[in-house]
Amino acid sequence: MNPLLTVSGLTRMYGNRVGCRDVSFELWPGGVMGIVGESGSGKSTLLSCLSARLEPTAGRVLYDTREDGPVDIYAMGEPRRRMLMRTDWGIVHQNPRDGLRMGVSAGANVGERLMAVGARHYGEIRAQADDWLRKVEIDGERIDDLPLTFSGGMLQRLQIARNLVTHPRLVFMDEPTGGLDVSVQARLLDLLRRLVTDLGLAAIIVTHDLAVARLLAHRLMVMRRGEVVETGLTDQVLDDPHHPYTQLLVSSVLQP
Amino acid sequence: MTDQIRVDSLSKTYVLHTQGGIEIPVFADAALSVASGECVTLHGPSGAGKSTLLRCLYGNCKPDSGAIHVSHGEGTVDIASAPPRVVMEVRRRTLGYVSQFLRAIPRVPALDVVAEPLRALGVPVETAQARAGELLARLRIPERLWSLAPATFSGGEQQRVNIARGFAARHPILLLDEPTASLDARNRAVVIELIAEAKAAGTALVGVFHDDEVREAVSTRVHTMQG
Repeated sequence: MNPLLTVSGLTRMYGNRVGCRDVSFELWPGGVMGIVGESGSGKSTLLSCLSARLEPTAGRVLYDTREDGPVDIYAMGEPRRRMLMRTDWGIVHQNPRDGLRMGVSAGANVGERLMAVGARHYGEIRAQADDWLRKVEIDGERIDDLPLTFSGGMLQRLQIARNLVTHPRLVFMDEPTGGLDVSVQARLLDLLRRLVTDLGLAAIIVTHDLAVARLLAHRLMVMRRGEVVETGLTDQVLDDPHHPYTQLLVSSVLQP
Repeated sequence: MTDQIRVDSLSKTYVLHTQGGIEIPVFADAALSVASGECVTLHGPSGAGKSTLLRCLYGNCKPDSGAIHVSHGEGTVDIASAPPRVVMEVRRRTLGYVSQFLRAIPRVPALDVVAEPLRALGVPVETAQARAGELLARLRIPERLWSLAPATFSGGEQQRVNIARGFAARHPILLLDEPTASLDARNRAVVIELIAEAKAAGTALVGVFHDDEVREAVSTRVHTMQG
């Protein structure tokens, strides 16, 4: 078995300013990696570089493709990279409006990803869309409604359905629960946890919320000023943090 | 009998960077071996590092030096140096752990909390839930609570759910961190029974028990730690 993602020396500069610097790690099939750190620590820059949306200044990201094994995602052609993003990968944005098409129905938002990978039978597409709406706990009656009429929590669940319908192997999530009420957050977290486990998905989750990281991630990477300062098993990093910055992060969490 | 756990010259010091870098040495050069069918209890004054040692065995705490050899499948793994995904695999198949408190997950029913370690081993949902139900019943959690998330349970109920979860998968090694701290006498007796059964089945157990009566009842051997 190969790692799904092999990242080495990944660096992204913005002029003289560091976005992220010298990040290396491996992600294995079914593994869930959390990236934590305060705002401006380089989490989102790193996620963009990993998910083929922002070309790094240096370093490589190898993805273990189904056909040809490990391939540098920035060395492959644009059409192939786009295909990968539509089939093997999913991207869940913090703001669901960035990941959804607000002008077409909920069912079409889910069905569209299927059509992008070649599904043509309308009845089947609709049936699968319906099935996925149920999996993310959206009432089937809403299938023809526009996302504009959905609440924030429903939009986020719709975005997840849209991403998972093509059975990706790797999902990138940027603050998936950010901006949601806590009760809505709990429901979404439970859903994500179940889906990731049941489907054996690999995922990379950026969050500033350590409780979210504890619940979803197997491993953690702590970032500060663009660099990874500590990595390890999630519970070990949170319960026995070694780096001064990780200790500060953990000790700064308010207990309700 | 082969050792299930062998700890060699393990040292741990906590460094508190947020408090001026103060160093708190916990233990140095610690050694411990545990064979299958044994229950070794860690004993010593508060602050002697009993919980820290237990957490090191589970990979939850990272020692500064030394090794923790755990027999896993056909071979052994050094928990102190193994990469995260290996430690996760050892936890899934070999290492069970009952923490002092249950970390309740919103919306997950008690029955599923207990069945989860079995599900992770690929046991079918009905079988896993049947075993979970059996343990919850023995620990006197009323059946009407099984479908509820434990977040709203009392401290004692949560701890019993936690114990049931720890015993569910019959891991070859089981670590117990004060499992009986918030239990009444009847439930303590059930835990003593569960430990005796695990020993008889060949499980290697390591535990910290505040309660002298429980410690005496379950210990095959007492491992004394000095503060």
